[in-house]
Amino acid sequence: MMTRIPILKLNDVLIVSIQWELDDQTAIQFQEDLLNKMHETSALGVVIDLTPIDFIDSFIAKVLGDVINMTGLMGAKVVITGIQPAVAITLIELGIRLNNVMTALDLENGLDKLYKELEA
Amino acid sequence: MNYRSSVDIITEWDIVAARQLGRNEAKKAGFGTVDQARITTAISELARNIYLYAGKGRIEIERVTDDGMFGIKIVASDDGPGIQDLRKVMEDGYTTSGGLGAGMPGVKRLMDEFKVISEPGKGTTITATKWLH
Repeated sequence: MMTRIPILKLNDVLIVSIQWELDDQTAIQFQEDLLNKMHETSALGVVIDLTPIDFIDSFIAKVLGDVINMTGLMGAKVVITGIQPAVAITLIELGIRLNNVMTALDLENGLDKLYKELEA
Repeated sequence: MNYRSSVDIITEWDIVAARQLGRNEAKKAGFGTVDQARITTAISELARNIYLYAGKGRIEIERVTDDGMFGIKIVASDDGPGIQDLRKVMEDGYTTSGGLGAGMPGVKRLMDEFKVISEPGKGTTITATKWLH
């Protein structure tokens, strides 16, 4: 049973809302789908919203970190939005750092940040 | 009251099943959202270690009481190769899998009590407890 995460295009930006707990296969499929979609659409930026996610383990964190680096290689910028307090606390306690990542409180702020970054 | 439930870890999907069971138990036991996330994450890491290093094993989740305190105990056990150097695996950043798991020090920080018993060639049992404060 494989679920795929929908990736929406809005002008030059791709928007992803991760709505449910990610299993390994879904996370890896998402990595590939996002890069393909970027290639297809020539998107300049990506917002990944994690608001509904209530925990992130080291595997999911690694996949997300990889996605961010891969997206950077393809010349686009990523903003992660909606990380919940419990998720931020457990990630740091676990010893995981997502370095060089733009983050924002919610999708709205994330899009603002991304557009400013793209204009700069 | 010594309620106990378990998930056998054989495939990647069992990692998901184990952490879902853990989260439900933590919620039922009255833990707040941050502790629920800590317990769920710890189970996910321990289940992944079993899957990566031992191939198969088991996660047991138990409700425990001690001196009026109430908590949840996770027991992760396997009959895998065991841990060669226990002191090394408790160092931050030590990995033999190329960094797939956050490692044991991370899990230890998420929980209140943490104990490893491992015998090379025979297997590993990790016990981690979170108390309801």
